[in-house]
This record gives sequence, structure tokens and C-alpha cells, in this order.
Amino acid sequence: MSEVTYTDSEMMIAVAARMLKGARTVFVGVGLPNVACNLARYTVAPDLELIYESGVYGARPERLPLSIGDPTLVSGATSVVSMADLFGLYLQRGLVEIALLGGAQIDRYGNLNSTVIGEYAKPKTRLPGSGGALEIATNAQRTFTIMRLKRRAFVDKLDFLTSPGHLTGGDSRARLGLPGGGPEIVITDKAVLNFDNPDREMQLSALYPCVTAKDVQAEVGWLLRQAEIIQQTAAPTSEELRLIRDEVDPHAMYR
Amino acid sequence: MSALHDAMNKPAKADKLVSMREAIATYVGDGCSLAIEGFTGFISMAAGHEIIRQKRRELTLIRMTPDLIYDQMIAAGTARKLIFSYTGNPGVGSLYCIRRAVEKSIPGPLEWEEYSHYGLVGRYAAGASRAPFFPLRSYIGSDMLKANPLIKLIDDPYGTGKIAVVPPLNPDVAILHAQRADRRGNTQLWGLLGMQKEVAFAAEHVIVVVEEIVDESIIRADPNRTVIPGLIVDAVVHEPYGAHPSYVQGYYDRDNESYLAWDKLSQDHGAVLAWLDEWVYGLENHAAYVRKLGQAYFDRLKPEPLLAPSVDYGRYR
Repeated sequence: MSEVTYTDSEMMIAVAARMLKGARTVFVGVGLPNVACNLARYTVAPDLELIYESGVYGARPERLPLSIGDPTLVSGATSVVSMADLFGLYLQRGLVEIALLGGAQIDRYGNLNSTVIGEYAKPKTRLPGSGGALEIATNAQRTFTIMRLKRRAFVDKLDFLTSPGHLTGGDSRARLGLPGGGPEIVITDKAVLNFDNPDREMQLSALYPCVTAKDVQAEVGWLLRQAEIIQQTAAPTSEELRLIRDEVDPHAMYR
Repeated sequence: MSALHDAMNKPAKADKLVSMREAIATYVGDGCSLAIEGFTGFISMAAGHEIIRQKRRELTLIRMTPDLIYDQMIAAGTARKLIFSYTGNPGVGSLYCIRRAVEKSIPGPLEWEEYSHYGLVGRYAAGASRAPFFPLRSYIGSDMLKANPLIKLIDDPYGTGKIAVVPPLNPDVAILHAQRADRRGNTQLWGLLGMQKEVAFAAEHVIVVVEEIVDESIIRADPNRTVIPGLIVDAVVHEPYGAHPSYVQGYYDRDNESYLAWDKLSQDHGAVLAWLDEWVYGLENHAAYVRKLGQAYFDRLKPEPLLAPSVDYGRYR
């Protein structure tokens, strides 16, 4: 099995899909999350319903969409609703079990920045902004973050806090009355991180093949905690790779 | 002016069909606030191009996802301010013209006012029903509260703690693309419903742009599909392929190649101005744009049919 070669993206897709085991509803973003959710429907979560912020519940896309508003998401879906209904009746109502999010920056409590690099009023780089991420991060029952491990992304202090994670740690999120449980895991291209400690601070929980804890720390802008037991994450199986390459992303849009 | 008075002042005339040139000249003035809406699909590129052609200035442009059309309108110098909730090239990356305006004031400074998606949807929804504000479970813990003072936290009067509210938004003009309408402006839409209904009811004036003009009997045969009633519509424009390179469900696909090409081209302001010369200023209207691309180009974007079975409304007499 160690002879099988695969890309970082394929590893992230496979890991994210495994984490969706048994899930019923997932709020899907474009890119890698989209591939992961579609892979999970073939493997660990056959009953998974895909929800897109564009207003689609129960999408059955016949092709991998470039954008979350692609017409293939509409054709064959269970229901298509207005965005007011999607955000109100599905998300804020609490029907989203898992949401997959990303951003340009993340801090130790899983708070995300997708708004600006630099000062808000005079940004060095203007990023796209929240979109639906802020209310998704607030209301989804569980949040998984998917981001490549890079020192400029895993920062000690965010330039702007767009979407709340565990805020200042501990029970700060619950004290402010945020309905969803907040970030649970961060899936990167080198390791899986989680928040399973009373401070709700990010910690190393599993390493990918041939990666050391030192490699991970080198890409994180603060002293990263370590879980008591560090797991080893298995490489993608040949079946996972076949499904990604032949079924889910045959045109290699995200690999 | 009351909402009722406003609605009653709409032209009662049965035929609101006009050219895009006339619709823009009549309803979109310098300095007005304008929402060309539609999420990923149904984006009236034809209207945006006509506004550039007519050299409108000082507009407040409102869109959840500014997309290519506001990128182009901002590069062309039509805008003073942008109100938005996600300013990326969907599925591709950045909107470089907007970034140049925000980061480097090219071609001029641009004010911006920013929300999350649900926040801006909420502003439209409050505007649509003329409600004083829209409450939503969002923004608590986010720096967005500092970035935009119009988003406020209030005490829930029923005692569950703090809740975020956003004020109503009533654009001077909304321009909405759809599959079909009759000449009175009764408009039917299927696919991503987005925020079109809320924007239409929120706006003071509504221009609908459609792929097909149909007889009133077609509308009445399927009333559940009528999203925008002619009651609130001022002008109807017939503009086939008017949403290209965005899409119209069942009519033509999203032209992703154009979105990817814009990502490259738009990184240079000079290249954008040359593009505007060729594809907007150099053409008299959208029909000329369609001719320039050619029918074969659009034939490639036509999806295979996937018909919904018809339903029985019943006849009761």
C-alpha cells in the first residue's frame, strides 16, 4: 500500500470524507470540501444530504461544480429554496449537522479570517469576505475546517475575525450564546488537529505518513499543543483514490 | 411615500416591454442605488453593459456577490460605493478590478459596506416587507460588528439575550433576469431562487429581463412559479442570453471558461479597458454581443432537456 502515490489534496479529501462517517446533512463549500462530501456519499455516508448556501438541499450533482451556484446542483435535487429560507429554515433552525469551512487565516481557537490581510479600512489584500461563513460557523452543529498547513495561515493573531470558532477559548463561545458547537477538527495537508481539551485550544491529534510533529510545528505561528496520544492517519486506500479519480473528480479540477 | 401609494403609482399599462437602452435611460440615473441580483445565475450582464455604455456615474452598487458584472462596472468608473457580502470570482478566486479599487483607488476610490450573506438577505427581506429591521443569529463574536456599524446587537425583548439586527435595504432600482415574463411583468423563475423575490419587493423600481416573453395564459397556468408580480414591475426587457457568462437554468449553462479567462485578463487594468472597448463600448447593444460571439458559441452552452412532469391545479367552478 505504501507503493500507492497520491497528492496532498487527495489525502485531505480522503481524510475529510472519513470524518463524515454516518453524517446525515453537510453544508458544502466549493473546492476540496465539495469533492470530500461527494466521496463520502460513496464510502462512509451513503445517506448524506448535501446542502449548498445557494439554496439547494439534497443535491445530486452529475458533474463536479466549479461554483456553489452551479446549475447541476439544482437538477435532481430534493429541494431548491430561496437563500432567506436556506439560511433561516435549514441553517439557523439547526438542521445542518456538519459544515466544512476554510479561510486565509486561522488562530489557536479555530477563529477564521476570510476578510482582509492588513488593516480593514486600508487592506493590503482584500479577500472575498464572509459570504455565508459567519452564520455557518455560528449555527452549524459541528464545524470541520479544511486548510493547508502554512505559517502565514496558522497565525498567532488574526488580522480580522470573520467567523467565530472557540473565540477566546474555554466556554467563551457558549457564554455568548452561539448555537452551534464550533470547530471540532482542522484537516490539513500534513496532520489533523482538534480542540479536545478544556481550553478548546488547537492541538495536534494525528500525523500523516512521513510527517513529524516538528514538521507541523514549523508551519504554525504559536507553540502548538499536542494531544496525549498522537494517532497515525492512514494514507488513502486504493479504493478511495479510484473513487476520487474516476467517479468524483474525473477532470482533476481539485487534485 | 407609503408602499401602497408607491405600488399604485406604477404604470397600469398592460404593455411594459421596452428596449434595454430605454429601461436604463428611464430608471437608472447618476447617483442612484442599484441592485443587479441573482446568485451565480440570472445575472443581467446585459443591463450592466448598457449602464457602462450610457456612462452612468456615482452609483451605489448592491449585490451579494459582485461577480464579473460589478467588477466590470467598477473598472469602468460607474460606481461610488459597493454593498456586498462576498466579493470573490465564484469558484475561481479574486475579483481584481474591485481589489484594485479598494486597495489602490484605481480607477478611483470606492467606498464599501459589507455583510455576511444572511445579513444582506435579511436587509433585503426587511426592505421587502417594509419592516424596521431583520434579526439573525450571526455576527456575535465577529469583527464584522466593528467593520460595519449598521449591524447592531440589541437585547431580545423576549429575554433570550443579545441578537444581531440589520436595517432594511430599499434600492432605488432592482434589475432581475429570469426565464420568462408576460408583457405586464408577471415573472416566472425556476432554479436558484436566491434573493430575487426579496430584492424585487424591496426596490422602488423593478426592471425584469427575460429570455422569453410569454402570453399571460402561460403565467396563469402555473401560478406557483410566478416569483415577481407585474404589480411591482416597471419595465420588461426581452434579452435572450442576457445573463451570459452567468446562466439561466434550462436555457444555457454557466460559461465557466469566461470566468476563468476573466481571472487572467482582469489582473491588468489596461487589459480590462481594452476588453470594455471591444465588448461593451464597441457594440450597440446585447444583441450585437450575441452576434459577435455567434450562435454556435451559445449552442455549446445549451443543456440537454430535463423536463419536470406537469402538475394538476384542478379547475374549480
